[in-house]
Amino acid sequence: MSHEDVLNPKHMPHDPEKATLEGKNKFLGFWFFLGGETVLFASLFGTYLALNGSTQGENTPEHLFGLELVFIMTMLLLTSSLTSVYAMYHMKNHNFGKMQTWLAITVFLGLAFLGCEIYEFYHYIHEYGFTFRSSAFGSAFYTLVGFHGGHVLFGLSWITALLLRNRKRGLNLYNAPKYYIASLYWHFIDVVWVFIFTVVYLMGKVG
Amino acid sequence: MADQTQSKPMHKVEYEKQQHKEEMKHQVLTFALMILFTLIAFGMVVMEVNSYFIIPTLIILAIVQVAFQLYYFMHMKNKGHDMVALMMYGGAAVALLTIITFTSIIWW
Amino acid sequence: MSTATAQKRGLGAAIWDYLTTVDHKKIAHLYLVAGGLFFLIGGLEAMLIRIQLMKPDNNFISAGLYNEMITMHGTTMIFLAAMPLIFALMNAVVPLQIGARDVAFPFLNSLGFWLFLFGGLMLNVSWFTGGAPDAGWTNYAPLSTSSPGHGVDYYVMGLQISGAGTLIGGINFLVTIVNMRAPGMTYMRMPLFTWSTFVTSTLILFAFPALTVGLFLMMFDRMFGSAFFDVGLGGNVIIWEHLFWIFGHPEVYILILPLFGAFSDIFSNFSKKRLFGYSAMVFATVLIGFLGFMVWAHHMFTVGMGPIANSIFAVATMAIAVPTGIKIFNWLFTMWGGQIKMTAAMLWSIAFIPSFTIGGMTGVMLAAAAADYQYHDTYFVVGHFHYVIVGGVVFGLFAALHYWWPKMFGKVLNEKLGKLAFWPFFIGFHLTFFIQHFLGLMGMPRRYWVFLEGQGLDAGNLISTIGAFLMAIGTVIFLINVVYTSVKEKKVSGDPWNGRTLEWSIPSPPPHYNFVQTPLVRGLDPLWVEKMDGKEGMTPAEPLGDIHMPNASILPFTISLGLFIAGFGFIYQVDDTVWLIAVFAGMGITLGSMLIRSLKDDLGHHIHKEELEEDIKKGVGR
Repeated sequence: MSHEDVLNPKHMPHDPEKATLEGKNKFLGFWFFLGGETVLFASLFGTYLALNGSTQGENTPEHLFGLELVFIMTMLLLTSSLTSVYAMYHMKNHNFGKMQTWLAITVFLGLAFLGCEIYEFYHYIHEYGFTFRSSAFGSAFYTLVGFHGGHVLFGLSWITALLLRNRKRGLNLYNAPKYYIASLYWHFIDVVWVFIFTVVYLMGKVG
Repeated sequence: MADQTQSKPMHKVEYEKQQHKEEMKHQVLTFALMILFTLIAFGMVVMEVNSYFIIPTLIILAIVQVAFQLYYFMHMKNKGHDMVALMMYGGAAVALLTIITFTSIIWW
Repeated sequence: MSTATAQKRGLGAAIWDYLTTVDHKKIAHLYLVAGGLFFLIGGLEAMLIRIQLMKPDNNFISAGLYNEMITMHGTTMIFLAAMPLIFALMNAVVPLQIGARDVAFPFLNSLGFWLFLFGGLMLNVSWFTGGAPDAGWTNYAPLSTSSPGHGVDYYVMGLQISGAGTLIGGINFLVTIVNMRAPGMTYMRMPLFTWSTFVTSTLILFAFPALTVGLFLMMFDRMFGSAFFDVGLGGNVIIWEHLFWIFGHPEVYILILPLFGAFSDIFSNFSKKRLFGYSAMVFATVLIGFLGFMVWAHHMFTVGMGPIANSIFAVATMAIAVPTGIKIFNWLFTMWGGQIKMTAAMLWSIAFIPSFTIGGMTGVMLAAAAADYQYHDTYFVVGHFHYVIVGGVVFGLFAALHYWWPKMFGKVLNEKLGKLAFWPFFIGFHLTFFIQHFLGLMGMPRRYWVFLEGQGLDAGNLISTIGAFLMAIGTVIFLINVVYTSVKEKKVSGDPWNGRTLEWSIPSPPPHYNFVQTPLVRGLDPLWVEKMDGKEGMTPAEPLGDIHMPNASILPFTISLGLFIAGFGFIYQVDDTVWLIAVFAGMGITLGSMLIRSLKDDLGHHIHKEELEEDIKKGVGR
């Protein structure tokens, strides 16, 4: 396939993200990476579960966590997952403009989520004096939730870079795989969050 | 280097669009169910349901929700995902072992 | 744009070529040289250890330096010597064995190498900045968290950086093997080396993230005041042990499985028979990989996990002996009735079988949890794991290097010197480590700086040290062989061993696109199938046409360099916050390079049909 066919395909194939060998490789390689990320987060969850009883003073999970904010954050991230599905739907229909719009909405929802998380951490540190260093539970909590937050930040930067880089040209066989795996990454972030709100917040509240 | 750039007959394009639309409907339904599971999970905690059942239930709800995310939102149910499924289940197995370890043989 | 035509234009151009290369064969050279250098450094550290233990109450090196030696010997040999040498073989051979022109991610392949190299450099810089890591290669907390100075910090940052490189390399090979096999190369026709690379890469994918997390926790504790391993604040040191061994035991199989694959190819080639029990061998490889994940806690029998956990892990560990036994018998049956050619590669391979079997048997002894309380942390354990790692991995590396050297460099390593290197190494190896089992049973603990006179340990330790010198002599002869071969030996054809698999169907060293035309694979040992049909080479699966190749790039180097700089910043910001500048500068270089990679289109280039026809005329193609 010539470069021209990749950058300006005359007709878009059914699965633009897997039309080239590079695309197929990216698709598979990224999924494998997510398999590895599963173990990475499992190790963090394991550490958290081993240490969530190691609290100091009043700062126990039950005492600290407020479910309202967590619920809002969950809704934001779940919705952003749906909007990124919409973006991929429009990619399959070769509608570049709508894909960009839906991804932009995804980015805004992600930003809102990140804002809530920063507020939450700020709140714990300043209202409760609950920090990364105050107990093993504190270390484990901020590390697990912070790793997820870091993933959100990276995902947002990644999608934003894609949006800006490609705004003046349409969908092609070179950028379609990039969009596709970025959306996979975003879904995976949501997968991790489902376990975080269940294991850290809900189970923390139940005690 | 097959001829992917061959022009497609119009009716095929229409057919594919129709299929995508069908799939999108399933996605929205999936999303509704995920929201529902989340509401149930939060609701159970807020209403302080008997704690003997609540933790297993919460975990099952989370796993089902994640399965939806993987199979529908991330298209693992579609064909061409065999190797993907193998590696995700591999990762999940190691993850499970890790979690069991850290909740059982870590001294406390 | 096209670096394809990059010819030799002096040293500067050659260095630039290697800094920017994305060609898997050149990356194999890089891995080989870097891994070889670290192997020598690790060997030197081993010699210093053995000299210190030559006689009772010796004072050759100080106690603190001794701790640094044992730590760096283990860490260097595992992470910086064995792993990259294995990656060198994988890079050199796997794409050729499956009939691919390249790997799936040439850019990431190069990134993986540079990350490994900078991580390795980082670790070794510690020698010159106030002391190397000294808490053992396992780096157990709280010994590691309370180790003064910055040694352990170097361990953390160095392994974090090189570990990321390994993970990337693993994913690259997985996708290469799944997506880029030539037409007809089904999974059950892949050579065993490719199969074992596949299983190994899976292990890397699932094992390394646990190390990543462990190292992050260690980093946070040492550099940012968190409390994961601080018992005073509710921390738990067993978390490190579990994370380390969840990674560490699969790591052992990551090291040995590729060499199992290499041995399989070598036995089959030099016995002039197809591998005995091919499908059983594949099954055993997969099974070892699978079981390899369920046994890590046998390193922790004495931790106090309780009798149930100990029993489960003991049984799982013993179970691994079954697929390993299948392999040993299949190798023996491959040789049985074959036309055996005693080349240097074959010599190393045959020596491997009894040596490794001894290591396997002591492994089963150690797996018995009740008995392990006696063996734990004695020289019995040291003897055991050197029997499997030297007797398996190092013998395998020597065998595989002899076997594939002509494919990598176009010349066969001198056979006489090859055999001359083998004998002192082989004898020295058994002298060094066999006696250590008995030293251990007599109660000599591992990692001790000195032992006392009059406890019956003197003679054994002296013998062990003499053996170590013999191994060093063997290694030096091998190095002489490398130099001698490159100066004196003549170029050979692409198929000096009368090979069976695809890599022998193309010239040595291969053109950078490997295959002029993708071959059509018609069975197991595809080249042999064609030879038996009386054909010269492989039947092409496609007409001659343009070949798409990736572009060279300096970005993998700069990404890794940035992390290297940031690593120092992280280590020293504890002393002085000025060092945060290094953190930001380094991360800036890394993220900036990643951004450039993301924004700049890189579609690769084409080698045109006309150039290929030229090459064929010159005899490069076939």
